[in-house]
Amino acid sequence: MSDVGPTRPAPVVTEDSAVFWDAARAGRLVAQRCRSCGRLHHPPRPMCPACHSIELEAHELSGNGTVYSYALLHYPQNPAFTYPVVAALVDLDEGVRMLSNLVGVEPERVAIGMEVEVTFEPTKDDGVVPLFRPRGQRS
Amino acid sequence: MTTLVGDATIVGIGQTEYSRAAGRSETQLAAEAIVAALADAGLTSDDVDGLVSYTIDPVEETELVRALGTPEIGWSSRVPYGGGGSQGVLLHAAAAVLSGAAEVVVAYRAIKARSGSRFGAAQTVARPTSSHSGTTAMQWCAPYGVLTPASWMSLNAVRYMHASGATSVDFGRAVVQMRAYAATNPNAHFYERPITLDDHQASRWVAEPAIRLFDCCLETDGAAALVVTRAASAPGASPPVVIAAASASGLFEEEIASNHYRPDLSFMDGSAVLARRLFDETGISRDELDVALIYDAFSPMLLLQLEALGFCERGEARHFIADGNLSPTGSLPCNTNGGLIGEGYIHGLNLTLEAVRQLRGTATNQIRDARTALVTASRTGVILRRG
Repeated sequence: MSDVGPTRPAPVVTEDSAVFWDAARAGRLVAQRCRSCGRLHHPPRPMCPACHSIELEAHELSGNGTVYSYALLHYPQNPAFTYPVVAALVDLDEGVRMLSNLVGVEPERVAIGMEVEVTFEPTKDDGVVPLFRPRGQRS
Repeated sequence: MTTLVGDATIVGIGQTEYSRAAGRSETQLAAEAIVAALADAGLTSDDVDGLVSYTIDPVEETELVRALGTPEIGWSSRVPYGGGGSQGVLLHAAAAVLSGAAEVVVAYRAIKARSGSRFGAAQTVARPTSSHSGTTAMQWCAPYGVLTPASWMSLNAVRYMHASGATSVDFGRAVVQMRAYAATNPNAHFYERPITLDDHQASRWVAEPAIRLFDCCLETDGAAALVVTRAASAPGASPPVVIAAASASGLFEEEIASNHYRPDLSFMDGSAVLARRLFDETGISRDELDVALIYDAFSPMLLLQLEALGFCERGEARHFIADGNLSPTGSLPCNTNGGLIGEGYIHGLNLTLEAVRQLRGTATNQIRDARTALVTASRTGVILRRG
């Protein structure tokens, strides 16, 4: 029931965010990495805030993380989604945090600290978004 | 010293009615509130040479000036972060008049959050740049159905509950107090409509397990305005209110209505920076405050701010509230107009007007002999004093 299906809107892709969404469309979960100092950044940005390098690249992540926070969204409702929407902030093992949805889990079983792994779902207009599901579960 | 202090003074306040359907444009609402504030100050639009608002306000300065007939504007600015920037307008206004860049600055906000573009609507259209509305980060939320301010902030609130042990009942106690103040404020949407904790617990979930319907501020139409000059140079009859300290902070990775990418979401560290600037750097003590107006867009954020502003220890806000500290007889009478949850949501600027009324002695729920007030909106804030 948490699978929101193909009505999900496609992400807005900008010059600064394309590094993330282009990888997602290829089935890869990435964070932006600074080639100069090696730091990872999410959401991506046009300059490394640590060293001001503009040499930035996509760095593939393991896709494993833990739930930092979550909420079951009931209202208001948009027809593009199935409710409750399970919103979550996931801390990836590599140290970046991402906002996403949890799938493959009953909403009432979602908890902070839950170990999750990435999965991908197509959206309207040929987009793809990374989602997360309990780790070790068959899709 | 990084906090602005001085003798910049609020000499006039004005507002329209707060309603669910204003039936006229935001620009007209702004102009009406400004004219009322100028009349309160004993000034006219010819005297105005500065304008300040904050982001998401749809009023174009050029259109506003065209309505007011102001002959010459020498200062105009906008504070970022939407409602979180709402109290920053007094920093900008004070900076303008104390530096000599302007003599009479009007701070304003007009909104049609109910009949116009509803703040709580679940719209999937993500505007990546959105002409300075400050909502760029929302492009990362929309594909996931995280479409409203309540949904953005619920993620912070659930982490806070995890860290502090606070529950929906604790948030409800704050709401019951806001609604009690609103019940005796004829200007409030929830005038004569107090609620019990059971009523709060029976209201439906918006974002479980943190935010119920009654935890949310109201979508409101209306406008509010203040007039700021140097010292009490205006001829108005109302007692002047001095901007004793003003600050607008902004931290790395802060967003307009959440800070999802900052390390610890159970603490509102932007408010902690604000408290350092307003109290520690000015020598003004929290004990001097007679009343506080704290941006209660959603009740959990009230608890987070009480802790970050230093009124109680981390995790202790629920006890601070349960002990009655926010009540008229408590140590920190808070949101005496009913707050954004009980009076209405003019994007935070109605809280500033309530602070001025308290210091003038004209508030509906008047705190006796109020001399010093705090107004904050997470990262921006002021300490006001009766002149």
